[in-house]
Amino acid sequence: MITLVVNGREQHWDGDPSLPLLWFIRDEMGLTGTKFGCGHGFCGSCTVHLEGIAVRSCSTTLAEAAGKRITTIEGLDPAGNHPVQKAWREVNVPQCGYCQSGQIMQASSLIARNPHPSHEEIREAMAGNICRCGCYQRIETAVHLATTGA
Amino acid sequence: MFDNRIENVSRRGVLRGLGVTAGLVLAVPVMSRRGMAAYSTGADKMPHGTVNDPKVFVSIAPDGVVTIIAARSEMGTGVRTSLPMIVADEMEANWEMVKVQQAPGDEVKYGNQDTDGSRSTRHFLIPMRQIGASARTMLEAAAAKRWNVPVSEVKAAHHEVIHVGSGQKLGYGDLADDAAAQPVPDVATLRLKDPKDFRYMGKGQIGIVDLHDITTGRAMYGIDTRLPGMKYAVIARPPVTGGKVVSFDPSDALKVSGVEQVIQVQGWPWPSKFQPLGGVAVIARNTGAAIKGRDALKIVWDDGPNASYDSVAYRKELEDASRKPGEVVRNNGDVDSAMKSAAKVIVGEYYLPHLAHASMETPVATAQVADGKAEVWAPVQSPQGTRDDIAKTLGISPENVTVNVTLLGGGFGRKSKCDFVLEAVLLSKAVGAPVKVQWTREDDIHNDFVHTVSAERIEAGLDKSGKVIAWRHRSVAPTIMSTFAAGAKHQAPFELGMGLVDLPFDIPNIRCENPEAAAYTRIGWFRSVSNIPRAFAVQTMVAEIAHATGRDQKEMLLELIGPARIVDIGPTVKDFWDYGEPVGSYPIDAGRLRRVVELVAERGQWGRQVPKGHGLGIAVHRSFVSYIATIVEVAVDGKGKLTIPRVDTAIDCGTFVNPERIQSQVEGAAIMGLSLAKYGEITFKNGRVVQKNFDDFKLARIDEGPMVTNIHIMPNGPDVPPSGAGEPGLPPFAPALCNAIFAATGKRIRSLPIGKQLQSA
Ligand code: FES
Ligand code: FES
Repeated sequence: MITLVVNGREQHWDGDPSLPLLWFIRDEMGLTGTKFGCGHGFCGSCTVHLEGIAVRSCSTTLAEAAGKRITTIEGLDPAGNHPVQKAWREVNVPQCGYCQSGQIMQASSLIARNPHPSHEEIREAMAGNICRCGCYQRIETAVHLATTGA
Repeated sequence: MFDNRIENVSRRGVLRGLGVTAGLVLAVPVMSRRGMAAYSTGADKMPHGTVNDPKVFVSIAPDGVVTIIAARSEMGTGVRTSLPMIVADEMEANWEMVKVQQAPGDEVKYGNQDTDGSRSTRHFLIPMRQIGASARTMLEAAAAKRWNVPVSEVKAAHHEVIHVGSGQKLGYGDLADDAAAQPVPDVATLRLKDPKDFRYMGKGQIGIVDLHDITTGRAMYGIDTRLPGMKYAVIARPPVTGGKVVSFDPSDALKVSGVEQVIQVQGWPWPSKFQPLGGVAVIARNTGAAIKGRDALKIVWDDGPNASYDSVAYRKELEDASRKPGEVVRNNGDVDSAMKSAAKVIVGEYYLPHLAHASMETPVATAQVADGKAEVWAPVQSPQGTRDDIAKTLGISPENVTVNVTLLGGGFGRKSKCDFVLEAVLLSKAVGAPVKVQWTREDDIHNDFVHTVSAERIEAGLDKSGKVIAWRHRSVAPTIMSTFAAGAKHQAPFELGMGLVDLPFDIPNIRCENPEAAAYTRIGWFRSVSNIPRAFAVQTMVAEIAHATGRDQKEMLLELIGPARIVDIGPTVKDFWDYGEPVGSYPIDAGRLRRVVELVAERGQWGRQVPKGHGLGIAVHRSFVSYIATIVEVAVDGKGKLTIPRVDTAIDCGTFVNPERIQSQVEGAAIMGLSLAKYGEITFKNGRVVQKNFDDFKLARIDEGPMVTNIHIMPNGPDVPPSGAGEPGLPPFAPALCNAIFAATGKRIRSLPIGKQLQSA
């Protein structure tokens, strides 16, 4: 039996321990904010926080998540008003929006560790997250806004 | 600034009002409303045309919340915001009090829903304005009746109706029931707002309706549907298009924890339009188990007729064909003798490979088939087409099929093809439970309706003074029609009209040819379609001529476009396809093409000094009846690594509704253009797609994107017909980039992707 904490609540799993965390969160728990994009760590759509650090849930097994605290986009802020979420809305970042949960989880992890990233650091930290619609310029602007208020 | 959440507004209480009574559908084409519109469009030629009935599109709840139907699919263009915004503006509704509701597939009720071809604004601006104006008129009439005053004394503004004399006011919620009882006004009597009174249209100051849901993970895409008792499925499909299952052994798959069933999925002989490819499905309690189960399947395949498709050999075939005469699809003057008399002939041979759509959300659909009825939840661009195809596949009537349209996690043309929905329907029927079919990224890359592959060959004959007197363009590419009809080998008018026969240049002798090309896989439309290879070839050729004659590229371009005029492509083009629009409203306007070149050159500071290793390139292209020009500044380092300090794009898309979303579409097109220019390539070997996932079908990432992207939108009055914005940004990007690379390095890119070509430079 695997136990983990997702968005503050304890969860149990007695199925296949090699199941990717992504499908546990989405299909077994029903938290669909975390998205599937590639299944192999290439795109970042599935990004969640594990002990506060951004990880790819498609490439993290439940065995690896055992005993850990996981935060998904639904748990990032109770009212959806994390500074990154607010900045995203201020800049009207999304096009289709599908990649944006992952982008926001990646960006919030970045600024938790580095409250004032440079443009270079933003680009580097966000380079694992693909946006097929091409919202990159606004993502960069929004991360910058979230950290500077400007 | 863009947070339009309306949580503070009560959404409870049954919606009453305009939408309650059975709506009268006025499927009258825009054409017949010439009194209202300054232009006609091709909307009436689309299946089911347009509908402008406020009772279909608008309802008002007692608390004043106005619900507006979005009938077109949202895949990132902002259409779910922009079209309802038009209605809200015309009806004087406050946007904070507007709720948008997505329509299911039902074109008889809503008009055409086929969301592609960059058509939404150009076909629906007028109907949406008429809907809003009708609703406003009905609210005003209801208030006048309540007060027992002439309607001329009342005026709707800011979500209420005011009696001008007394200053009395009635809110829209108070008037909902009475307004619904009013007759729908005759469109000929409608008063549309004066554009100077627009509150939302043309301003670009409201965020997309799904913004809050997207940023909190609550937005519902196709992948997010969950039904009680739902099973999760993935399918092992034939590795070669047209292949089929010979036999399979499910025993190991069935041993995987969480796997419940393994069943064969029916396939159709190739080509089969959008029918499923067939294969073997693994049904499980979650997607992860289904994927693991599929990995354990043992399947023997018959690869079928396309098993030898090989991209290296095929490229040679296309290039050989491009060097011989082909079917003439446009002919002006006498190219052969003009070429002979030319002082110089420049030849450019260009090659552009297949591409995968790779929308971030892979194809995915959920279906529930029971009791002779089917209901699906799916991210589809063509909900009515999907409905019809489901009905046909199951042998039931379309009335028994409901297609609920979710948000689309990207579309780009892939989600116009409903094979993945049909798979879900077949599986739900077989399993007797709701089924979600999930495509993995590998499935998506291997089984796409790929963008065509093409060889483009242009010869330009110049006279002694360096003026171009002859132009021969041969375009060879497998046609999209091959997905619908076996053996189709020539491009259809809608493909020829995308940058080949509509060449807007002022050259006396022009010939366009289309040699034949057979297809060996499913070819489909991809954002901007054949404009990608045509713009690349034509705009690279212009730069090549400029270089060969020592001219400035922009000056060369303007010379070739010639004076401002309506371009006459002559009588030899059969069935000229002008993006489905009447040429009278949407002619090929050389003046507008010139003006975007001039605008981008001015704003983008064409000719500015750039550091060593940097270069500027320019390209212009008309597509989807819009005009777009792009300047790219590129920097190439000693190892051939590209960076893009700056991009400027000017777009003339006629009168516009939501400039902020036009901007985001054009910004995004630069990234998609960069992806296809640098990396974009799907290749086949032994009939199989070689690429698998984002490790070998690469996409541009944030650290490769332009440092600055400036979008300049041509201001236009309300009489200039609206035109496309979703697709036109893409075609000019790659040639502008490659022309910039030439300026920076002297290396001419004639074949995409750029890949490692700069490393040897
Ligand atoms: S789905 Fe996890 S990185 Fe792409
Ligand atoms: S917004 Fe569509 S993939 Fe990022």
